[in-house]
Amino acid sequence: MLYSEKVMDHFANPRNVGEIENADGVGEVGNAKCGDIMKIFLKIDDGIITDVKFNTFGCGAAIATSSMATEMIMGKSIDEALKLTNKAVAEALDGLPPVKMHCSVLAEEGVRMALLDYYTKRGEVMPEEYRPKCDGDCSECE
Amino acid sequence: MNVYADNAATTKVSKAALDAMLPCFTETYGNASSPHHIGQEAAKLLIASRKTIADLIGAEPSEIIFTSGGSEADNQALVTAANLGAKKGKKHIISTKIEHHAILHTLNKLEREGFEVTYLDVYENGVVRLEDVEKAIRPDTALVTVMYANNEIGTIQPIKEIGALCKEKGVIFHTDAVQAAGHLPINVKEQNIDMLSLSAHKFHGPKGAGVFFVRRGIPISAIIEGGAQERGKRAGTENIPAIVGMAAAFQEACDNMAVNMPKVQALRDKLIGGLLKIEEVILNGDREKRLPGNVNVSVKGIEGESLLMMLDIQGICASSGSACTSGSLDPSHVLLAIGLIHEVAHGSLRLSLSEYNTEEEIDYILEKLPPIVERLRSMSPVWKRMKEVK
Repeated sequence: MLYSEKVMDHFANPRNVGEIENADGVGEVGNAKCGDIMKIFLKIDDGIITDVKFNTFGCGAAIATSSMATEMIMGKSIDEALKLTNKAVAEALDGLPPVKMHCSVLAEEGVRMALLDYYTKRGEVMPEEYRPKCDGDCSECE
Repeated sequence: MNVYADNAATTKVSKAALDAMLPCFTETYGNASSPHHIGQEAAKLLIASRKTIADLIGAEPSEIIFTSGGSEADNQALVTAANLGAKKGKKHIISTKIEHHAILHTLNKLEREGFEVTYLDVYENGVVRLEDVEKAIRPDTALVTVMYANNEIGTIQPIKEIGALCKEKGVIFHTDAVQAAGHLPINVKEQNIDMLSLSAHKFHGPKGAGVFFVRRGIPISAIIEGGAQERGKRAGTENIPAIVGMAAAFQEACDNMAVNMPKVQALRDKLIGGLLKIEEVILNGDREKRLPGNVNVSVKGIEGESLLMMLDIQGICASSGSACTSGSLDPSHVLLAIGLIHEVAHGSLRLSLSEYNTEEEIDYILEKLPPIVERLRSMSPVWKRMKEVK
Protein backbone atom coordinates (compact mmCIF):
# COMPACT_ATOMS: atom_id res chain seq x y z
CA MET A 1 0.00 0.00 0.00
CA LEU A 2 1.51 3.27 -1.10
CA TYR A 3 0.29 6.79 -0.46
CA SER A 4 0.76 9.52 -3.07
CA GLU A 5 2.96 12.52 -2.33
CA LYS A 6 -0.17 14.66 -2.02
CA VAL A 7 -1.64 12.35 0.61
CA MET A 8 1.64 12.49 2.53
CA ASP A 9 1.70 16.29 2.25
CA HIS A 10 -1.88 16.69 3.50
CA PHE A 11 -1.20 14.16 6.26
CA ALA A 12 2.06 15.75 7.44
CA ASN A 13 0.82 19.34 7.01
CA PRO A 14 -2.96 19.15 7.32
CA ARG A 15 -4.84 22.32 6.36
CA ASN A 16 -7.69 23.78 8.43
CA VAL A 17 -7.17 21.76 11.61
CA GLY A 18 -9.20 23.02 14.54
CA GLU A 19 -12.68 23.95 15.65
CA ILE A 20 -14.97 26.90 15.03
CA GLU A 21 -16.82 28.32 18.01
CA ASN A 22 -20.51 28.91 17.36
CA ALA A 23 -20.15 27.26 13.96
CA ASP A 24 -23.10 27.53 11.57
CA GLY A 25 -22.84 23.81 10.85
CA VAL A 26 -21.10 20.91 12.60
CA GLY A 27 -21.04 17.33 11.33
CA GLU A 28 -19.47 14.21 12.76
CA VAL A 29 -19.20 10.91 10.88
CA GLY A 30 -17.56 7.52 11.37
CA ASN A 31 -17.04 5.68 14.61
CA ALA A 32 -14.14 4.69 16.78
CA LYS A 33 -14.88 1.00 16.24
CA CYS A 34 -13.82 1.33 12.62
CA GLY A 35 -10.95 3.56 13.58
CA ASP A 36 -12.04 6.76 11.84
CA ILE A 37 -13.99 9.74 13.17
CA MET A 38 -14.22 13.01 11.32
CA LYS A 39 -15.74 16.22 12.65
CA ILE A 40 -16.26 19.21 10.32
CA PHE A 41 -17.07 22.79 11.40
CA LEU A 42 -18.48 25.38 8.96
CA LYS A 43 -18.82 29.15 9.08
CA ILE A 44 -21.29 30.29 6.44
CA ASP A 45 -22.05 33.87 5.42
CA ASP A 46 -24.60 34.69 2.72
CA GLY A 47 -24.49 31.14 1.39
CA ILE A 48 -20.69 31.14 1.14
CA ILE A 49 -18.42 28.95 3.29
CA THR A 50 -16.12 31.57 4.79
CA ASP A 51 -14.33 29.24 7.19
CA VAL A 52 -14.01 25.50 7.66
CA LYS A 53 -12.11 23.45 10.24
CA PHE A 54 -11.79 19.78 11.04
CA ASN A 55 -10.84 17.34 13.80
CA THR A 56 -10.06 13.76 12.83
CA PHE A 57 -9.21 10.56 14.67
CA GLY A 58 -7.97 8.16 12.07
CA CYS A 59 -5.30 6.86 9.79
CA GLY A 60 -3.10 8.87 7.45
CA ALA A 61 -5.68 8.75 4.67
CA ALA A 62 -8.47 9.91 7.00
CA ILE A 63 -6.45 12.96 8.02
CA ALA A 64 -5.40 13.70 4.42
CA THR A 65 -8.96 13.42 3.02
CA SER A 66 -10.29 15.66 5.82
CA SER A 67 -7.66 18.24 5.00
CA MET A 68 -8.27 18.08 1.25
CA ALA A 69 -12.06 18.18 1.59
CA THR A 70 -11.92 21.29 3.77
CA GLU A 71 -9.58 22.97 1.31
CA MET A 72 -11.90 22.13 -1.58
CA ILE A 73 -14.98 23.74 -0.03
CA MET A 74 -13.32 26.80 1.50
CA GLY A 75 -14.75 29.95 -0.08
CA LYS A 76 -17.28 27.95 -2.07
CA SER A 77 -21.05 28.31 -2.14
CA ILE A 78 -23.28 25.82 -0.36
CA ASP A 79 -24.40 24.45 -3.73
CA GLU A 80 -20.81 23.80 -4.73
CA ALA A 81 -20.00 22.20 -1.37
CA LEU A 82 -23.00 19.91 -1.65
CA LYS A 83 -21.65 18.63 -4.92
CA LEU A 84 -18.29 17.61 -3.45
CA THR A 85 -17.86 13.89 -4.04
CA ASN A 86 -15.55 11.38 -2.47
CA LYS A 87 -14.13 10.69 -5.92
CA ALA A 88 -13.20 14.33 -6.37
CA VAL A 89 -11.44 14.31 -2.99
CA ALA A 90 -9.55 11.12 -3.84
CA GLU A 91 -8.60 12.47 -7.28
CA ALA A 92 -7.38 15.75 -5.79
CA LEU A 93 -5.07 13.65 -3.63
CA ASP A 94 -3.76 11.82 -6.73
CA GLY A 95 -5.65 8.71 -5.68
CA LEU A 96 -6.01 6.57 -2.59
CA PRO A 97 -5.19 2.89 -2.07
CA PRO A 98 -8.39 0.81 -2.57
CA VAL A 99 -8.61 -0.11 1.14
CA LYS A 100 -8.59 3.60 1.96
CA MET A 101 -11.40 4.73 -0.34
CA HIS A 102 -13.80 4.66 2.59
CA CYS A 103 -11.83 7.57 4.08
CA SER A 104 -12.80 9.74 1.12
CA VAL A 105 -16.43 8.68 1.57
CA LEU A 106 -16.13 9.78 5.17
CA ALA A 107 -14.90 13.21 4.03
CA GLU A 108 -17.82 13.66 1.63
CA GLU A 109 -20.27 12.55 4.28
CA GLY A 110 -18.63 14.77 6.90
CA VAL A 111 -19.13 17.87 4.76
CA ARG A 112 -22.75 16.91 4.03
CA MET A 113 -23.42 16.17 7.69
CA ALA A 114 -22.16 19.65 8.62
CA LEU A 115 -24.36 21.16 5.91
CA LEU A 116 -27.35 19.15 7.14
CA ASP A 117 -26.74 20.70 10.56
CA TYR A 118 -26.64 24.14 8.91
CA TYR A 119 -29.98 23.57 7.13
CA THR A 120 -31.55 22.15 10.29
CA LYS A 121 -30.41 25.08 12.45
CA ARG A 122 -32.03 27.49 9.97
CA GLY A 123 -35.21 25.45 9.87
CA GLU A 124 -34.64 24.68 6.20
CA VAL A 125 -34.76 21.38 4.39
CA MET A 126 -31.63 19.96 2.82
CA PRO A 127 -32.06 18.78 -0.77
CA GLU A 128 -32.84 15.08 -0.53
CA GLU A 129 -30.17 13.94 -2.98
CA TYR A 130 -27.34 15.41 -0.87
CA ARG A 131 -28.45 14.10 2.50
CA PRO A 132 -25.67 12.12 4.16
CA LYS A 133 -26.20 8.38 3.91
CA CYS A 134 -23.39 7.20 6.16
CA ASP A 135 -24.75 5.31 9.13
CA GLY A 136 -21.33 5.05 10.73
CA ASP A 137 -20.83 1.47 9.63
CA CYS A 138 -17.59 1.63 7.69
CA SER A 139 -17.99 -1.85 6.27
CA GLU A 140 -20.68 -0.36 4.02
CA CYS A 141 -17.93 1.41 2.13
CA GLU A 142 -15.87 -1.70 1.43
CA MET B 1 18.39 9.53 12.65
CA ASN B 2 16.99 6.23 11.35
CA VAL B 3 15.75 3.80 13.96
CA TYR B 4 14.57 0.33 13.04
CA ALA B 5 12.23 -0.79 15.81
CA ASP B 6 10.19 -3.36 13.91
CA ASN B 7 12.25 -6.48 14.57
CA ALA B 8 9.16 -8.58 15.28
CA ALA B 9 8.17 -8.01 11.64
CA THR B 10 11.59 -8.91 10.31
CA THR B 11 15.24 -8.33 11.06
CA LYS B 12 18.36 -7.23 9.30
CA VAL B 13 20.50 -10.15 8.09
CA SER B 14 23.61 -10.45 10.27
CA LYS B 15 27.07 -10.28 8.78
CA ALA B 16 27.77 -13.86 9.87
CA ALA B 17 24.64 -15.07 8.10
CA LEU B 18 25.36 -13.09 4.96
CA ASP B 19 28.98 -14.28 4.81
CA ALA B 20 27.80 -17.87 5.14
CA MET B 21 25.22 -17.40 2.41
CA LEU B 22 27.14 -15.60 -0.32
CA PRO B 23 29.30 -18.54 -1.54
CA CYS B 24 26.11 -20.61 -1.90
CA PHE B 25 25.00 -18.41 -4.77
CA THR B 26 28.14 -18.62 -6.89
CA GLU B 27 30.27 -21.52 -5.65
CA THR B 28 28.28 -24.20 -3.84
CA TYR B 29 25.23 -23.53 -5.97
CA GLY B 30 24.53 -27.18 -6.76
CA ASN B 31 21.30 -29.04 -6.24
CA ALA B 32 21.76 -31.10 -3.09
CA SER B 33 20.08 -34.05 -4.83
CA SER B 34 22.71 -34.16 -7.61
CA PRO B 35 25.37 -36.85 -7.31
CA HIS B 36 28.14 -34.76 -8.90
CA HIS B 37 30.67 -32.89 -6.81
CA ILE B 38 29.02 -29.47 -6.94
CA GLY B 39 25.74 -31.02 -5.84
CA GLN B 40 27.49 -32.93 -3.10
CA GLU B 41 29.13 -29.75 -1.78
CA ALA B 42 25.62 -28.34 -1.40
CA ALA B 43 24.44 -31.56 0.24
CA LYS B 44 27.25 -31.28 2.79
CA LEU B 45 26.14 -27.74 3.68
CA LEU B 46 22.59 -28.98 4.07
CA ILE B 47 23.67 -31.76 6.44
CA ALA B 48 25.84 -29.37 8.47
CA SER B 49 23.02 -26.80 8.72
CA ARG B 50 20.55 -29.44 9.84
CA LYS B 51 22.95 -30.64 12.53
CA THR B 52 23.65 -27.09 13.75
CA ILE B 53 19.97 -26.29 14.15
CA ALA B 54 19.09 -29.66 15.67
CA ASP B 55 21.86 -29.29 18.29
CA LEU B 56 20.70 -25.79 19.20
CA ILE B 57 17.17 -26.92 20.06
CA GLY B 58 18.08 -30.27 21.62
CA ALA B 59 16.74 -32.29 18.69
CA GLU B 60 18.13 -34.91 16.31
CA PRO B 61 18.99 -33.91 12.72
CA SER B 62 16.42 -36.43 11.47
CA GLU B 63 13.73 -34.47 13.32
CA ILE B 64 14.33 -31.27 11.33
CA ILE B 65 12.35 -30.47 8.17
CA PHE B 66 13.37 -27.35 6.29
CA THR B 67 10.45 -25.23 5.09
CA SER B 68 9.95 -21.87 3.41
CA GLY B 69 9.31 -20.24 6.77
CA GLY B 70 7.18 -20.16 9.89
CA SER B 71 3.82 -20.12 8.14
CA GLU B 72 4.55 -23.27 6.18
CA ALA B 73 5.85 -25.03 9.30
CA ASP B 74 2.70 -24.04 11.21
CA ASN B 75 0.48 -25.28 8.39
CA GLN B 76 2.31 -28.59 8.18
CA ALA B 77 2.28 -29.12 11.94
CA LEU B 78 -1.46 -28.66 12.16
CA VAL B 79 -2.21 -30.80 9.13
CA THR B 80 0.12 -33.53 10.46
CA ALA B 81 -1.61 -33.61 13.85
CA ALA B 82 -5.06 -33.38 12.30
CA ASN B 83 -4.44 -36.32 9.97
CA LEU B 84 -3.11 -38.42 12.83
CA GLY B 85 -6.03 -37.49 15.04
CA ALA B 86 -8.62 -38.17 12.36
CA LYS B 87 -7.28 -41.73 11.93
CA LYS B 88 -7.97 -42.36 15.61
CA GLY B 89 -11.30 -40.56 15.58
CA LYS B 90 -9.83 -37.62 17.50
CA LYS B 91 -11.08 -34.40 16.03
CA HIS B 92 -10.59 -31.84 18.78
CA ILE B 93 -7.80 -29.26 18.86
CA ILE B 94 -6.87 -26.80 21.61
CA SER B 95 -5.29 -23.46 20.80
CA THR B 96 -5.42 -19.84 21.98
CA LYS B 97 -7.12 -16.64 20.88
CA ILE B 98 -3.79 -14.93 20.22
CA GLU B 99 -2.09 -17.28 17.76
CA HIS B 100 -0.59 -16.03 14.52
CA HIS B 101 -2.86 -16.17 11.47
CA ALA B 102 -0.75 -19.03 10.09
CA ILE B 103 -2.23 -21.06 12.94
CA LEU B 104 -5.68 -19.47 13.18
CA HIS B 105 -6.49 -19.63 9.49
CA THR B 106 -5.30 -23.25 9.28
CA LEU B 107 -7.50 -24.06 12.28
CA ASN B 108 -10.44 -22.38 10.54
CA LYS B 109 -9.84 -24.64 7.56
CA LEU B 110 -9.76 -27.71 9.81
CA GLU B 111 -13.00 -26.56 11.46
CA ARG B 112 -14.63 -26.51 8.04
CA GLU B 113 -13.38 -30.08 7.62
CA GLY B 114 -15.14 -31.17 10.80
CA PHE B 115 -12.63 -30.50 13.55
CA GLU B 116 -13.68 -28.78 16.73
CA VAL B 117 -11.29 -26.15 18.10
CA THR B 118 -11.18 -24.72 21.61
CA TYR B 119 -9.61 -21.24 21.65
CA LEU B 120 -8.29 -20.56 25.12
CA ASP B 121 -8.62 -17.14 26.73
CA VAL B 122 -5.45 -15.28 27.62
CA TYR B 123 -6.83 -12.80 30.15
CA GLU B 124 -5.72 -9.20 30.51
CA ASN B 125 -2.02 -10.03 30.70
CA GLY B 126 -2.03 -12.04 27.48
CA VAL B 127 -0.88 -15.30 29.05
CA VAL B 128 -2.62 -18.68 28.86
CA ARG B 129 -3.38 -20.41 32.15
CA LEU B 130 -2.24 -23.98 32.59
CA GLU B 131 -5.42 -24.98 34.39
CA ASP B 132 -7.44 -23.84 31.37
CA VAL B 133 -5.38 -26.09 29.12
CA GLU B 134 -5.91 -28.98 31.52
CA LYS B 135 -9.67 -28.40 31.66
CA ALA B 136 -9.90 -28.22 27.88
CA ILE B 137 -8.16 -31.55 27.18
CA ARG B 138 -10.64 -34.28 26.25
CA PRO B 139 -10.30 -37.93 25.26
CA ASP B 140 -10.68 -36.87 21.62
CA THR B 141 -8.11 -34.07 21.74
CA ALA B 142 -5.67 -34.57 18.87
CA LEU B 143 -3.43 -31.55 19.41
CA VAL B 144 -2.60 -28.67 21.69
CA THR B 145 -0.96 -25.76 19.85
CA VAL B 146 0.16 -22.74 21.87
CA MET B 147 2.67 -20.19 20.67
CA TYR B 148 5.90 -19.78 22.65
CA ALA B 149 5.73 -15.98 22.56
CA ASN B 150 3.21 -13.66 20.98
CA ASN B 151 4.22 -11.57 17.98
CA GLU B 152 2.24 -8.47 18.93
CA ILE B 153 2.34 -8.11 22.70
CA GLY B 154 5.39 -10.31 23.28
CA THR B 155 3.87 -12.39 26.06
CA ILE B 156 5.69 -15.63 26.86
CA GLN B 157 3.46 -18.66 27.37
CA PRO B 158 4.14 -21.47 29.89
CA ILE B 159 5.36 -23.82 27.16
CA LYS B 160 7.29 -26.27 29.32
CA GLU B 161 4.36 -26.77 31.69
CA ILE B 162 1.84 -27.14 28.87
CA GLY B 163 4.23 -29.62 27.23
CA ALA B 164 4.48 -31.67 30.41
CA LEU B 165 0.72 -31.72 30.74
CA CYS B 166 0.27 -32.88 27.15
CA LYS B 167 2.90 -35.56 27.62
CA GLU B 168 1.06 -36.85 30.69
CA LYS B 169 -2.26 -36.86 28.80
CA GLY B 170 -0.80 -38.35 25.64
CA VAL B 171 -1.70 -35.38 23.45
CA ILE B 172 0.61 -33.99 20.74
CA PHE B 173 1.96 -30.56 21.63
CA HIS B 174 2.99 -28.03 18.99
CA THR B 175 4.42 -24.58 19.62
CA ASP B 176 4.85 -21.75 17.14
CA ALA B 177 8.24 -20.49 18.30
CA VAL B 178 8.72 -17.99 15.49
CA GLN B 179 9.06 -15.01 17.83
CA ALA B 180 10.98 -16.91 20.50
CA ALA B 181 13.65 -18.70 18.45
CA GLY B 182 17.02 -17.04 18.83
CA HIS B 183 15.69 -14.83 21.63
CA LEU B 184 14.62 -17.31 24.30
CA PRO B 185 16.14 -20.72 25.09
CA ILE B 186 14.61 -23.70 23.29
CA ASN B 187 15.13 -27.32 24.24
CA VAL B 188 12.47 -29.57 22.78
CA LYS B 189 13.24 -32.39 25.21
CA GLU B 190 13.29 -30.35 28.40
CA GLN B 191 10.27 -28.36 27.28
CA ASN B 192 8.30 -31.44 26.22
CA ILE B 193 7.71 -30.13 22.71
CA ASP B 194 6.52 -32.60 20.04
CA MET B 195 6.41 -30.16 17.14
CA LEU B 196 7.83 -26.68 16.73
CA SER B 197 7.95 -23.98 14.05
CA LEU B 198 10.61 -21.34 13.62
CA SER B 199 11.57 -18.79 11.00
CA ALA B 200 15.04 -17.53 10.06
CA HIS B 201 14.24 -13.90 9.37
CA LYS B 202 13.18 -13.19 12.94
CA PHE B 203 16.71 -13.74 14.27
CA HIS B 204 18.82 -11.98 11.65
CA GLY B 205 18.70 -14.80 9.13
CA PRO B 206 17.25 -14.45 5.61
CA LYS B 207 13.59 -14.54 4.60
CA GLY B 208 12.35 -17.74 2.95
CA ALA B 209 13.70 -20.32 5.38
CA GLY B 210 12.12 -21.97 8.38
CA VAL B 211 12.14 -25.15 10.39
CA PHE B 212 9.44 -27.67 11.20
CA PHE B 213 10.68 -29.83 14.07
CA VAL B 214 8.81 -33.09 14.57
CA ARG B 215 9.66 -35.52 17.32
CA ARG B 216 10.72 -38.92 15.99
CA GLY B 217 7.86 -41.39 15.80
CA ILE B 218 5.23 -38.90 14.69
CA PRO B 219 4.27 -39.67 11.07
CA ILE B 220 4.52 -36.45 9.08
CA SER B 221 2.01 -35.37 6.44
CA ALA B 222 3.53 -33.62 3.45
CA ILE B 223 1.70 -30.52 2.30
CA ILE B 224 3.89 -29.92 -0.74
CA GLU B 225 4.14 -32.92 -3.03
CA GLY B 226 6.93 -33.56 -5.50
CA GLY B 227 10.48 -34.81 -5.19
CA ALA B 228 12.03 -36.80 -2.37
CA GLN B 229 13.64 -33.86 -0.59
CA GLU B 230 13.35 -33.79 3.22
CA ARG B 231 12.70 -37.54 3.20
CA GLY B 232 9.65 -37.00 1.04
CA LYS B 233 8.00 -34.82 3.65
CA ARG B 234 8.64 -31.51 1.94
CA ALA B 235 9.23 -31.50 -1.79
CA GLY B 236 11.12 -28.80 -3.64
CA THR B 237 14.81 -28.13 -4.20
CA GLU B 238 16.28 -27.01 -0.90
CA ASN B 239 16.91 -23.29 -0.57
CA ILE B 240 20.54 -23.86 0.37
CA PRO B 241 21.64 -20.21 0.67
CA ALA B 242 18.74 -19.40 3.00
CA ILE B 243 19.13 -22.61 5.01
CA VAL B 244 22.86 -22.01 5.45
CA GLY B 245 22.15 -18.40 6.42
CA MET B 246 19.51 -19.56 8.88
CA ALA B 247 21.90 -21.98 10.55
CA ALA B 248 24.61 -19.32 10.83
CA ALA B 249 22.20 -16.74 12.21
CA PHE B 250 20.68 -19.18 14.67
CA GLN B 251 24.11 -20.29 15.89
CA GLU B 252 25.09 -16.66 16.39
CA ALA B 253 21.82 -15.78 18.14
CA CYS B 254 22.00 -18.74 20.52
CA ASP B 255 25.72 -18.23 21.25
CA ASN B 256 25.10 -14.59 22.15
CA MET B 257 21.75 -15.02 23.87
CA ALA B 258 23.19 -14.68 27.38
CA VAL B 259 24.68 -11.31 26.42
CA ASN B 260 21.91 -10.02 24.17
CA MET B 261 18.94 -10.87 26.38
CA PRO B 262 19.84 -8.55 29.28
CA LYS B 263 21.07 -5.88 26.87
CA VAL B 264 17.91 -5.78 24.78
CA GLN B 265 15.76 -6.12 27.89
CA ALA B 266 17.39 -3.04 29.41
CA LEU B 267 16.60 -1.05 26.25
CA ARG B 268 13.04 -2.37 26.33
CA ASP B 269 12.57 -1.42 29.97
CA LYS B 270 13.91 2.07 29.40
CA LEU B 271 11.55 2.51 26.46
CA ILE B 272 8.54 1.19 28.37
CA GLY B 273 9.37 3.44 31.32
CA GLY B 274 9.62 6.48 29.07
CA LEU B 275 6.43 5.73 27.14
CA LEU B 276 4.37 5.18 30.27
CA LYS B 277 5.28 8.71 31.38
CA ILE B 278 3.11 10.04 28.55
CA GLU B 279 -0.45 10.73 29.69
CA GLU B 280 -3.00 7.95 28.97
CA VAL B 281 -0.53 5.45 27.54
CA ILE B 282 -0.99 1.85 28.68
CA LEU B 283 1.26 -1.19 28.29
CA ASN B 284 -0.31 -4.13 26.47
CA GLY B 285 0.70 -7.61 27.66
CA ASP B 286 2.35 -8.88 30.80
CA ARG B 287 5.13 -6.66 32.14
CA GLU B 288 7.41 -9.56 33.15
CA LYS B 289 6.52 -12.57 30.96
CA ARG B 290 7.53 -10.71 27.85
CA LEU B 291 10.01 -11.04 24.98
CA PRO B 292 13.23 -9.12 25.68
CA GLY B 293 12.66 -6.81 22.71
CA ASN B 294 8.89 -6.30 22.76
CA VAL B 295 7.18 -3.03 23.63
CA ASN B 296 3.47 -2.67 22.90
CA VAL B 297 1.48 0.27 24.17
CA SER B 298 -1.87 1.84 23.39
CA VAL B 299 -1.84 5.60 23.03
CA LYS B 300 -5.37 6.59 23.86
CA GLY B 301 -7.15 9.09 21.65
CA ILE B 302 -5.17 8.51 18.49
CA GLU B 303 -5.11 5.99 15.69
CA GLY B 304 -2.09 3.75 15.19
CA GLU B 305 -1.44 4.19 11.50
CA SER B 306 -1.23 7.97 11.69
CA LEU B 307 1.14 7.56 14.62
CA LEU B 308 3.33 5.18 12.57
CA MET B 309 3.39 7.57 9.64
CA MET B 310 4.42 10.48 11.85
CA LEU B 311 7.16 8.35 13.42
CA ASP B 312 8.31 7.30 9.95
CA ILE B 313 8.68 10.94 8.93
CA GLN B 314 11.13 11.17 11.87
CA GLY B 315 12.95 8.04 10.64
CA ILE B 316 11.47 5.64 13.18
CA CYS B 317 10.10 2.31 11.88
CA ALA B 318 7.46 0.72 14.11
CA SER B 319 4.23 -1.23 13.80
CA SER B 320 0.62 -1.11 14.97
CA GLY B 321 -2.30 -3.45 15.52
CA SER B 322 -4.74 -0.88 14.19
CA ALA B 323 -7.21 -1.89 11.50
CA CYS B 324 -5.67 0.56 9.08
CA THR B 325 -2.40 -1.34 9.06
CA SER B 326 -4.06 -4.70 8.59
CA GLY B 327 -6.07 -3.85 5.50
CA SER B 328 -9.31 -4.73 7.26
CA LEU B 329 -11.59 -2.66 9.45
CA ASP B 330 -10.98 -4.68 12.58
CA PRO B 331 -8.10 -4.07 14.93
CA SER B 332 -5.80 -6.89 15.99
CA HIS B 333 -7.44 -10.04 17.37
CA VAL B 334 -4.69 -10.18 19.98
CA LEU B 335 -5.50 -6.76 21.40
CA LEU B 336 -9.21 -7.56 21.46
CA ALA B 337 -8.41 -10.88 23.19
CA ILE B 338 -6.71 -9.08 26.08
CA GLY B 339 -9.87 -7.04 26.50
CA LEU B 340 -9.04 -3.75 24.82
CA ILE B 341 -11.99 -1.81 23.42
CA HIS B 342 -11.78 -1.07 19.69
CA GLU B 343 -10.70 2.53 19.91
CA VAL B 344 -7.86 1.71 22.32
CA ALA B 345 -6.79 -1.23 20.17
CA HIS B 346 -6.71 1.12 17.15
CA GLY B 347 -4.20 3.25 19.05
CA SER B 348 -1.67 0.50 19.59
CA LEU B 349 2.01 0.95 18.86
CA ARG B 350 4.52 -1.89 18.75
CA LEU B 351 8.22 -1.15 18.98
CA SER B 352 10.29 -4.33 18.73
CA LEU B 353 13.97 -4.08 19.49
CA SER B 354 17.04 -6.17 18.74
CA GLU B 355 20.67 -6.19 19.81
CA TYR B 356 21.38 -3.77 16.97
CA ASN B 357 19.41 -1.02 18.70
CA THR B 358 21.23 1.45 20.93
CA GLU B 359 20.40 3.53 23.95
CA GLU B 360 20.74 6.67 21.79
CA GLU B 361 17.98 5.31 19.58
CA ILE B 362 15.72 4.78 22.59
CA ASP B 363 16.40 8.37 23.67
CA TYR B 364 15.58 9.52 20.15
CA ILE B 365 12.24 7.67 20.14
CA LEU B 366 11.38 9.08 23.55
CA GLU B 367 12.25 12.57 22.35
CA LYS B 368 10.26 12.39 19.10
CA LEU B 369 7.16 10.54 20.25
CA PRO B 370 5.57 12.91 22.82
CA PRO B 371 5.20 15.90 20.45
CA ILE B 372 3.72 13.59 17.78
CA VAL B 373 1.22 12.21 20.28
CA GLU B 374 0.34 15.73 21.37
CA ARG B 375 -0.13 16.88 17.79
CA LEU B 376 -2.37 13.98 16.79
CA ARG B 377 -4.39 14.30 19.99
CA SER B 378 -4.86 18.02 19.37
CA MET B 379 -6.80 17.15 16.20
CA SER B 380 -8.59 14.09 17.58
CA PRO B 381 -12.30 14.33 18.42
CA VAL B 382 -11.95 11.07 20.38
CA TRP B 383 -9.26 12.54 22.62
CA LYS B 384 -11.27 15.74 23.18
CA ARG B 385 -14.30 13.71 24.19
CA MET B 386 -12.18 11.63 26.58
CA LYS B 387 -10.90 14.79 28.24
CA GLU B 388 -14.41 16.23 28.51
CA VAL B 389 -15.71 13.08 30.18
CA LYS B 390 -12.91 13.30 32.71
